[in-house]
Amino acid sequence: MSARRIAIAVASATAVSLALAGCSSSKSTGASSTPSAAASTSASSAPTSVATSAVPASAPASVAASSPASGGGLALTVEDYYTWSTGQVLDKVYKACAASIGDTITSTHTPGAGLIAKVLQQASSKTLPDVLMLDNPDVQEIAQSGALAPLTDYGITADGFTPGVVSAGTYSGKLYGLAPAVNSLGLYYNTDMFKAAGITSPPATWADFKADAAKLTKPGVYGFAMAGIGTYEGTWDFMPWMWSNGGDEKDISTPQTAQALQFLVDLVKDGSMSKSVVTWGQDDAISQFTAGKAAMVEGGSWNVSAFQAMKNFHWASVPLPTQTASQTPVAPLGGETYNVTETGNKDKMAAAAKIVACISSPANQQLLATTEGAIPSSVSLAAGVAQSNPALASFVTVVSKARSRTAELGPDWPTAATKIYTAEQSALTGKLSPTAALAQAQSQSQ
Amino acid sequence: MTTAELPTADSNTAPFGRGAPTRHRSARLAEKSIQWLFLAPAIVYVAMFFGYPIVQNVRMSFENYSTRTFFTGQAPWVGWANYVTVIKSSLFKTTLINTGLFTVGSIVGQFIIGLALALFFRRKFPLNNLLRSLLLLPWLLPIIASTAVWKWMLDQDSGILNHLLGFLHISAVPWLVSPNVALIAVVMVNIWLGIPFNVAILYSGLQDVPTELYEAGSLGGATGWKAFRFITWPSLRPVVTVVLVLGVVYTLKVLDIIIGLTGGGPANATETLAAEAYRRSFVEFSFGTGAAVSNILIVVSLVFAFVYLRLNRRAIDE
Repeated sequence: MSARRIAIAVASATAVSLALAGCSSSKSTGASSTPSAAASTSASSAPTSVATSAVPASAPASVAASSPASGGGLALTVEDYYTWSTGQVLDKVYKACAASIGDTITSTHTPGAGLIAKVLQQASSKTLPDVLMLDNPDVQEIAQSGALAPLTDYGITADGFTPGVVSAGTYSGKLYGLAPAVNSLGLYYNTDMFKAAGITSPPATWADFKADAAKLTKPGVYGFAMAGIGTYEGTWDFMPWMWSNGGDEKDISTPQTAQALQFLVDLVKDGSMSKSVVTWGQDDAISQFTAGKAAMVEGGSWNVSAFQAMKNFHWASVPLPTQTASQTPVAPLGGETYNVTETGNKDKMAAAAKIVACISSPANQQLLATTEGAIPSSVSLAAGVAQSNPALASFVTVVSKARSRTAELGPDWPTAATKIYTAEQSALTGKLSPTAALAQAQSQSQ
Repeated sequence: MTTAELPTADSNTAPFGRGAPTRHRSARLAEKSIQWLFLAPAIVYVAMFFGYPIVQNVRMSFENYSTRTFFTGQAPWVGWANYVTVIKSSLFKTTLINTGLFTVGSIVGQFIIGLALALFFRRKFPLNNLLRSLLLLPWLLPIIASTAVWKWMLDQDSGILNHLLGFLHISAVPWLVSPNVALIAVVMVNIWLGIPFNVAILYSGLQDVPTELYEAGSLGGATGWKAFRFITWPSLRPVVTVVLVLGVVYTLKVLDIIIGLTGGGPANATETLAAEAYRRSFVEFSFGTGAAVSNILIVVSLVFAFVYLRLNRRAIDE
């Protein structure tokens, strides 16, 4: 009877949803092609005008075109996940580095979360870029897959670099990734709110922190905000509390880790931290802070420039507190490394290695650290940043002792990271006690 | 596939057969090959875009398909190991229960509200058509955009929903924050999203109920609830089965709403089979186990698809 009519209704329904899907997918392809289009446009502009502080004086742009015989003339590719403004600065650095060895380079900026998926796709179709940027905890996993060539083979070392970044880029005793700049986590606090609450110095111990957070909490304002979401971001924000208290990712079912988790659970129970923390990523926590809804926030060095740009917003930063004053704050090391991919083309790989080294040259370290709100990887340069930009000083201290997430477990880090955020979620939502949550997560099979 | 389903081919080839009885055989052959030609695009399409991915997915679920595979091209055969890992995982039971609750809750809500609205719009009143087309709006919005808005509205501290509840002196509900409430919140949003589909199809079904039945019924005293119970409902039954079965299949595979609202959290309270398959494949890059989960999901959906085909066939036969 009514079968035909239903069929028409269903068909039109399907058509509508297909059409919508079509629209949205074409929109997304359009968006992803924009960065490369932008990159190729800027490629046509003369690199000379662009090469300011970053380019070595010995390398005029004309070398690339006129003398390919001198071992140069290669067309290289580089891929990263930077967005518009940072991407533009990096494009200049890439071009200058390529020009200095007589080659040309084109860059692709793949939006954050899609990078690894794209790299895997490129690996299977043998179309990997010559130079690949990776978030440092991914380096060992990708190196294990065989997609990267050891930088050690090209005589590149990380001498003078901060220890955390060296261990992040090292797999099976060989250096695979070199990061020009690194970052880490610290505590930002709203100085106006501190004054209003009569707090004179930032908290250094958990007890102080807890008391201050309670004092700062009032209707509409929480004492503290952080990322507690059930993703690797939640794990990242939990690491300083866990590591500073002696916790270890090999076995999270320890009293040290339980104490750290208990501390955060208590902040939620006291009402000093919103229950919504379990749904917040880092950006959510930061926007609570900038909106004046949180007096303190766990944030990264990259947040500095955005805070500095805000008028009438007074803040300062210190390392995150530790349980006792004698403990050293240990935060996770963040930052992106540049790597040479295993393309099989020896000339291009050698050239790519030179570019990786060039991106981490002292001048570029300075430039990129300023652009990204990061700390130069080189220990001596980092000390200079602490003096020239006092806002970053506390982060220079933190970075020097920062620990790489993959230092201990290597490619198995993601498994541990999953366990950590699983336990964090169970405890912060009040589903389980911290000890029980950690024990369950540690023993869970995935 | 039967020839009865190919009216176009039949009517096209019929004149040939009638005009040339001596070449009966070759005509039949031509007819057959033309039939296949008409079928070919559909067969090629189904094989390429449905058959191939499913076969690949099944194969992948029996392999240790990891990040390494992409570079080396080697995916060692592991037999049922991926399925064992998935089923033995401490999360699997939670995921199954969540999937069941999410599907049943969404379908019941969507159907009841959808049917009520469809019945309402059958009356004649001004702006009926306009309102009915406005009802399709949730369907026209990109899901990821509407879930982002819902996420704001459901926010515990500053969401408008809790703000409104505050006026009624109801304390803030931890919509997306508490593991006990999050699934309900996600089901609510999915109901909102599914209403247009239910209204559209149930409304078209209602148009097919002959008005004479109601006239005859009212003479016999069947009005109001009785008219619904003894006239509308029995006439609507075939449409109802279609709506419910399709609804189940659509709801089982929902991913965007969950990713957009909760990402499967808090504390895995909204993790469904679809969300787990996504997480395993595209967050943890364990494609083998991810494929295993999605195959389990496909089997569950297939069961309902077969139910749908059966009921549909019966409706046509009737």
